[in-house]
Amino acid sequence: MKFSHKLKKMTNKELKLKSVFLRKNLLKYIYKAKAGHTGGSLSCVDTLNVLYNRVLNVDPNNFKNPHRDRYIQSKGHCVEALFVTLADRGFFPESDLETLCQYQSHYIGHPTKKVNGVEQNTGALGHGLPICVGEAIAAKLDDKSHRVYTLLGDGELPEGSNWEAFLSASHYKLDNLYAILDNNKQQITGYNKDVMNTDSVRQKLEAFGWAVKEVDGHNLEELEEALNSGPLETGKPSFIIAHTIKGKGISYMEGVTKWHHGVPSPEQYELALSELREAEALI
Amino acid sequence: MELDKIEEKDLKMGKANQDVFSETLQALAETDRNIIAVTSDSRGSGKLVPFGEKYPNQIVEVGIAEQNLVGVAAGLASAGKKTFAVSPACFLSARALEQIKNDVCYSDNPVTLVGISSGVSYGALGTTHHSLHDYAVLRAINNIIIVAPADNFETEQAVRLAAKTNKPVYMRYGKKAMPFLKEDNKTFEFGKGRVVREGNDITIIATGETVYPAWLAAKKLEDEHDMKATVVSMHTIKPLDIKLLEELASNGRPIITVEEHMVNGGLGEACASHLFQKGFKNPFKIVGIPDEYTVTGSQVEIFNHYGISKDGLFKTCKELLDI
Repeated sequence: MKFSHKLKKMTNKELKLKSVFLRKNLLKYIYKAKAGHTGGSLSCVDTLNVLYNRVLNVDPNNFKNPHRDRYIQSKGHCVEALFVTLADRGFFPESDLETLCQYQSHYIGHPTKKVNGVEQNTGALGHGLPICVGEAIAAKLDDKSHRVYTLLGDGELPEGSNWEAFLSASHYKLDNLYAILDNNKQQITGYNKDVMNTDSVRQKLEAFGWAVKEVDGHNLEELEEALNSGPLETGKPSFIIAHTIKGKGISYMEGVTKWHHGVPSPEQYELALSELREAEALI
Repeated sequence: MELDKIEEKDLKMGKANQDVFSETLQALAETDRNIIAVTSDSRGSGKLVPFGEKYPNQIVEVGIAEQNLVGVAAGLASAGKKTFAVSPACFLSARALEQIKNDVCYSDNPVTLVGISSGVSYGALGTTHHSLHDYAVLRAINNIIIVAPADNFETEQAVRLAAKTNKPVYMRYGKKAMPFLKEDNKTFEFGKGRVVREGNDITIIATGETVYPAWLAAKKLEDEHDMKATVVSMHTIKPLDIKLLEELASNGRPIITVEEHMVNGGLGEACASHLFQKGFKNPFKIVGIPDEYTVTGSQVEIFNHYGISKDGLFKTCKELLDI
């Protein structure tokens, strides 16, 4: 039996406010835990906001419904963005995040299935897409209409397993599969182009048989349109390049590599919050 | 000794375990459309061509890409498919190790990983194609059952049980025909060793395709010295049947372990570790492939070279029994 989650649709303004709220929250818990992947969480949180509030057919109270859309976060290190989004959608009480990274907590530095709403244990890079290919093949075999989504980091593109999976996804014409690239252009060592150049990813993916669309990864309307309008092309998997800014929303973090997993000092934290309050007021 | 030639009139010759795997999987697929084989250009060597022809919607080919093989298998299993990922044991257990560790075991996706042409089955193709590390690396990973069936009975049972077991399983076997090691086959359970010969003078604990030469050595010991050996097919390397192990050790008699695996980290060390920590002091010998460049040759030649043979194990028995 198919299902459709009952989600009160937010206005576009409310959705924008939600992005600011999620940014505040992920910074709050990273600040409390004194650990986290700050820059990448801030770059992908708009995508997660759109996925969980506009796209994914998932029910927090019946997560394991077999007809649910699947979302597997391949860039598992940006778990803070995922956790605050799941908590906000009611998958677990937000207060659980007080235990983030603490002894015996399920809320660790990468997604685990012990947390309601998490599909797979991820964290090692290059693992999300092959699992999604399996999920998408299974859905095709069973004639199920749910969709399968993954979020890749641009820093994980050099992992060979991604390219094995890119091949198989187009071979099996998985137009129920959507891979989103959080293209924030930086990784722990610096700019991708200096570490391992993944430029012209669009041409590479098109050559691998995917349909590709590029969007502003901080423009919620563009994201929703790309992720929720069916496959970009029938018979092809969809690859959405979300152009983002690492550390987006906090002036002193934007585009600064050291915030990959930097934790703000008390002064920096207050400054970040004040910037987010200003952003909120402008919406 | 030839592994695929019957040496003992009391034993009935069977097929290669890989053929039994294929036939059993076909039988299961006939009534269960959720049975899925995933292959990495390995349907020929995995004996899955007939399976693929009969059930084209139940075989997923990923090409020569073992990491993707295991990742895709994990996704299929997560979606409720009873998934068998079939690939040469050497590549499956090394190249896709991180996918086994994370996507299958850590994420608890019940994939059965089928390592074909395992151990030194590929013989003279050399070390690239040998899997003498798989028990060791997988023993160090949580949440996986490691099985090396000895004969056709164990293989069929292991495949049927794996399809029912909602846990990750790694199964490995070779290419040679195997004799049925015991007639009164009873129940088969993962984690329960199978005694295929009984005696009180010495114990040989073997696994996979080394159980047959162990059986032959025990027969020779009885014929030539009137001494009897217990021979166990310890088909499940993890979880180890520690109850049986302790029972076997309790008479204080010598124990020999035999495996088609490097002596580091395999069945022998698993047995020794348990027994030593429990205070047993039995004379103990681990027979396997030593930590060296493996000698060149066929599977049987390699077995003979390292004493994994009727005569080699007979000699080891005599040394431990001081006869």
